[in-house]
Amino acid sequence: MAGFNETCRVLEHVDAAPGYRFLVLAAPKIAAAVTAGQFVHVRVPGLEKTALRRPFSVFDGGDGKLTLLYKIVGRGTEALKAAPVGCEIEVLGPLGYGFPSTCDGVPLLVGGGFGVAPLHFLAKTLLANAKPDAPKPILFVGGRTAGDLLALDRFRALGVEVRVATNDGSAGVKGFVVDPLDDELAALREKGETFELFTCGPDGLLHAVAMRATGTGMKGWISMDRHMICGVGACFACIQKIKGADGNVFNARCCVNGPVFKAEDIVW
Amino acid sequence: MVDLSVNVGGLAMRTPVTTASGTFGYGAEYADALDYAKLGAVTVKGVRMEEWPGNPMPRHCEVFGGLVNAIGLQGPGAAPFAEHYVPHYAESVKDAPPLIVNIWGGSVNEYAETAATLTKAAHPLIAAIEMNVSCPNVKAGGHTFGQDPKILAEVVKAVRAATALPLFVKLAPNVPDLRPYVAACEEAGADALSLINTIPAMVIDVKTRKPVLGNKTGGLSGRCVHPVAVKCVYDAHRFSKLPILAMGGVYDANDAIELMLAGASAVAVGTATFTNPNAAAEVCDGIAAYCEANGFASVRELTGALAE
Repeated sequence: MAGFNETCRVLEHVDAAPGYRFLVLAAPKIAAAVTAGQFVHVRVPGLEKTALRRPFSVFDGGDGKLTLLYKIVGRGTEALKAAPVGCEIEVLGPLGYGFPSTCDGVPLLVGGGFGVAPLHFLAKTLLANAKPDAPKPILFVGGRTAGDLLALDRFRALGVEVRVATNDGSAGVKGFVVDPLDDELAALREKGETFELFTCGPDGLLHAVAMRATGTGMKGWISMDRHMICGVGACFACIQKIKGADGNVFNARCCVNGPVFKAEDIVW
Repeated sequence: MVDLSVNVGGLAMRTPVTTASGTFGYGAEYADALDYAKLGAVTVKGVRMEEWPGNPMPRHCEVFGGLVNAIGLQGPGAAPFAEHYVPHYAESVKDAPPLIVNIWGGSVNEYAETAATLTKAAHPLIAAIEMNVSCPNVKAGGHTFGQDPKILAEVVKAVRAATALPLFVKLAPNVPDLRPYVAACEEAGADALSLINTIPAMVIDVKTRKPVLGNKTGGLSGRCVHPVAVKCVYDAHRFSKLPILAMGGVYDANDAIELMLAGASAVAVGTATFTNPNAAAEVCDGIAAYCEANGFASVRELTGALAE
């Protein structure tokens, strides 16, 4: 199933921070089907005939709308950033396997830079499905500098506690996002509480979070960011070594076998 | 109504459009995103006897006008393909078009064994074999067999002996003269030619001064290779009677019709599908419209109809 190839009108397209944009699309079919951690494959306006599609995480979905949060990094996003409100964009999705929709124990969400994008939709989903007395998600977010911290107000509006680290100390604690995470892990261990880890960001961060999941015996859900060609499993460009159900390691396709994998299955 | 049916080397196709190997997985990946009724066949990703892991990452790089890839023919092996992937395709796609199964191997024997395994599977949808003797991305693989007419004849002969299915041989464009290769295919009993495979290519990151691809080099596809394909088809059609399945930068009907006028009996849509999943169906519609508008009762009249 390659999802719907839906023509979506741009409802809103604004800066999230310098160099980062929110894109809100009218996408009734995709929005009705998408779950947290899945992605969409966007045919970039202006480059329809000259470029491959670009894959994006879903920041928010539902009510017929799809919100993407992206960083302007290259030719595709440079062209996308100019798409005006009212223009139409072809979007293929929802694609891939996302995060689980419920959590045992405390949901610890760990995002690096624009890796927070799927974690917002995840936080919203977990909160919607949680029992009234369940612990609320905590977001640990890191960036090189304060300018890389995105949409924190949107997380706080959901009731998510946000803990920040920046490499240069311009916001939150100076250091890496795993520093405040490790403090929380120690506190939870002391209280004997269970938790699950959910992460998206650069590979170094994903690895660090995966090690903490496997090291503590808790569940870890890792969203891999890979350049893609087809997005539907046809081309085998976006592979990651994964331990299969039979114990054998194979080259999994991040687009159809992921992008979210279990921490213990990833071969780093 | 224009008659869109063609017969390419014994393979009956309801339309002259198929997919290009390597761009369309094992056939079912684009279910729901493409109108399969417009396809005369589906050409699947290359399979060999054994499971094959493919190349290290990164496996692709977008370039202006195209795509350089070095996927490295990752695949499940011929027996699992026939046992699991073909039935899955049959279940997933309504009125599923017949499959052209692309094969490769590390030896003449392996090519023959792969063809024999697929033939013996006797699945009604396994309708033709396309030999990849020209993949630029696997050292021990196809490329070696496609660069020497004598070895090419030997491997085609071995596969011919192993299967009665229509046999296509996919050739590389990067040879000084296609003639000896086409002649080798004819003599060895091929039923049709597939033209063209990707063109060897390389991309370097000047910041790191390293090759971009994990395999260092790859194969170029996309819009930019289209005129190369037209020239190869034009040449092969002039000096051979073998029917031609043409591929290389087919994005729309115009691209396809050019290849047919140059001598192709059918066309495959490849890299275009990545951007527009329904591209192959739109190519089919466009060919029909062109025939209608220009008074061709059958699409077969387009083959080699170049005005010179």
